[in-house]
Amino acid sequence: MTVGFIMLCHTAFDRAAQVARYWAEAGSPVVIHVDARVKAQPFARLKAQLADLGNVRFSDRFACEWGSWGLVAATLGAGALMLRDFAQVDHVFLASGACLPLRPVADLEAYLAARPGTDFIESVTTEDVGWTVGGLDRERFTLRFPFSWRSQRALFDGYVRLQRRAGFSRTIPAGVEPHLGSQWWCLTRGTLAAILNSPDRRVHDAYFRRVWIPDESYFQSLVRRYSGRIESRSLTLSKFDFQGKPHIFYDDHLGLLRRSDCLVARKIWPHANQLYKTFLAPDGKRVAAEPNPGRIDKLFSKAVDRRVNGRPGLYMQSRFPDREFENGRTAAPYSAFQGFADVFPEFEPWLGRMTGGRVHGHLFAPDRVHFAGGEAVFHGGLSDSAKLRDYNPRSFLTSLLWNARGERQCFQTGPGDNQALNEFMAGDVNAQISVISGAFALPLFHSGLPFAEVRKEVARLQKIEAAHLALLRASWVKARVRIWPLAEFLENPMDPLQTIVEEIAPRLRPRLADLPRMADFSGFGRFLQDLRNQGMQPTLMGDYPASDDFNPGRDRPFLVS
Amino acid sequence: MRPVVDRTSDLRRTDILLFCTLRNERIRLPWFLDFYRRIGVNHFFFVDNDSGDGGREYLAQQPDVSLWTTKASYARSRFGVDWLNLLLRRHAHGHWALTVDVDEFLVYPFSDTRPLRALTDWLDTCAIRSLGAMMVDMYPKGRIADARYAEGQDPLEIASWFDGGNYQISRNPDLRNLWIQGGPRARMFFADAPSKAPALNKVPLVKWHRNYAYVSSTHMLLPRGLNQVYDSGGGEKASGCLLHAKFIDTFEGKTAEESQRQQHYGREYAAYDTQPVLWTRWSEQYVNWRQLEMLGLMSKGNWA
Repeated sequence: MTVGFIMLCHTAFDRAAQVARYWAEAGSPVVIHVDARVKAQPFARLKAQLADLGNVRFSDRFACEWGSWGLVAATLGAGALMLRDFAQVDHVFLASGACLPLRPVADLEAYLAARPGTDFIESVTTEDVGWTVGGLDRERFTLRFPFSWRSQRALFDGYVRLQRRAGFSRTIPAGVEPHLGSQWWCLTRGTLAAILNSPDRRVHDAYFRRVWIPDESYFQSLVRRYSGRIESRSLTLSKFDFQGKPHIFYDDHLGLLRRSDCLVARKIWPHANQLYKTFLAPDGKRVAAEPNPGRIDKLFSKAVDRRVNGRPGLYMQSRFPDREFENGRTAAPYSAFQGFADVFPEFEPWLGRMTGGRVHGHLFAPDRVHFAGGEAVFHGGLSDSAKLRDYNPRSFLTSLLWNARGERQCFQTGPGDNQALNEFMAGDVNAQISVISGAFALPLFHSGLPFAEVRKEVARLQKIEAAHLALLRASWVKARVRIWPLAEFLENPMDPLQTIVEEIAPRLRPRLADLPRMADFSGFGRFLQDLRNQGMQPTLMGDYPASDDFNPGRDRPFLVS
Repeated sequence: MRPVVDRTSDLRRTDILLFCTLRNERIRLPWFLDFYRRIGVNHFFFVDNDSGDGGREYLAQQPDVSLWTTKASYARSRFGVDWLNLLLRRHAHGHWALTVDVDEFLVYPFSDTRPLRALTDWLDTCAIRSLGAMMVDMYPKGRIADARYAEGQDPLEIASWFDGGNYQISRNPDLRNLWIQGGPRARMFFADAPSKAPALNKVPLVKWHRNYAYVSSTHMLLPRGLNQVYDSGGGEKASGCLLHAKFIDTFEGKTAEESQRQQHYGREYAAYDTQPVLWTRWSEQYVNWRQLEMLGLMSKGNWA
């Protein structure tokens, strides 16, 4: 069993020479193709570096632009030379100058010998590929592509559109069933010879010359015609990112590459000295393991996910999503309570005990940020300065939630606070917004201020809260919103609290045995009537009885002793 | 601006260049040069603004430094930008150019295991022309004046704390850059005038073209496409941080000098008399780039 290697090189020739020497000295013939665009001097240098090796050849040079026919022409030329000069070769492995063997050639040979007559080439029908660049799969084979996708994108796209509209379609030669796959393969001598010596070779070449990115389809399609046994996967570990660029391996991937048990990897950063030193060491240990690139797959797919979707709720220097592109407006679920602290003076510590979350006061109060515990600076270095907060309220809230992720954040809101984020929170699936409407009047009732002033303030706050409630009832709202008019809440406060607390801390299974102490409501009904008598209409409180008594004939059920 | 030492004939096509303007920063220079040499800067371009502390003479002796000097006003050259733009235009075309202050230290994804060239090669592969790296103000645990700095020392050993998540971001529609403010300076010196807090967004690493220019410090560039170092569709682009080791005891000397020269007016210098402590119990102590990435201050993007 002998494997011959074809290496397509266009840069980093010292590294390519190192790898070629490694394979050649292990007894594997190597045919090197150097891009025709490479200047004479580096080419001559590479030749000189490998001149002492009898089983290294250089094939005719073609210009290998990305996605061009040149790459296929180069491969066909190198393949023919391999078969002509090295009769002992029974598998041909297509590699690039940026490939690095991770295991000794003997491992590869044993692997192939255990699977006789098998062609390792990724070959997927156009209907089933999900990864094509530019969104073209079947059309690669039926349209014409005279313009470069990289340097003439507008023309490229325009010409594709034009052909689609005109209903243009090339005829696919008989016997060719379009397949796509990784450019890097390992074919048996028989299959490669059949492709090279096919009686239809001229037809194939003429056709694929005008297919888009033929290096991903020429061999991948033709093996379907000539191979006896296809194992549709590449023996080369090569991962592509979301733009179709190959991921690159560095020295810090050493452990990962070693544990992968893959046979060959690409691309290797040319300056990854440690990788080249380690994997090209002459005493490479043989293992009989099946390649297992799972961990590397995971690493790279995580990288692509980070680039495409990002971390939800994070706003930073290189991630600043437009509206509706946030993939999560905020980092974690949170709760905003309006009116609860007015009804229950000790609501904050009580809620903290019941849910284990962090319960702040009014984060958007006009005087300062009321962080839990009255802290002047909170998580991440956020300041309690109202001016700083109001300078960019959205940054303030999203930072708070990002910084404290892992700990449920709860805070109080009210019509007296900065209202700038009402819409933002209402449209946020992470927000749990609970409102006892009209409760804001209770502290004013207790304030002892002159009645005329109180009346004015109640009217002002009612207007603000009414606008907020209207917003919360809009059809586009994504937050979990619950609104109780004060009177309705007081009729039966236990159930709403139980629901909210359970939702915040489902795993704690909090059972409300008793309610937090309630504010003193005596005289509040009279107060509301006085407001009416003064021409003001308190509407948000619901049907609050003038007597403060919700269930005449019984003890006041909402006053828990 | 006149040349002191011009070693630009040594430049190779692939060299990574660093551009810096400074005044009286002699004590910081050995560590600064050491730090950037270690990550792989090949050549340094300095504009010395009339230093009187021997810094010019020190730099002139360094084999990888080209040096210019000027007595002109720093403020009137738009804080040195005009000088650097001139040098960038003349020498940086086709090179990766890093423009930083002498108290700014670049941290990028994998900076502890991969040299800067790994990053610039990757950016080239992805056809990315500029990398964002926001400033992270570093501070000591106690009073700034007590953070004694010795020549050759890593300033981050003493100014090792920072605000992990106290940054305000908005978008500048004209130049498409993000405008980032916040950190300890906003919290301590600008709580009553947040709009005046210093900008922290920076684009210090650029594959330079002679038609490019920094507009104000390294906060933004023209053409404005270079400022698009963020993704607006929800994804994360790769980015770094400039650890800003300004708040150490050398700051004391600076305040005296700056208020005398009236060049770099600023509340931070005025507030300095009050001996502020920037540290809080929520401050983070710097560990490495992975910590900054986890805190969401920078990102690996799709580099893995």
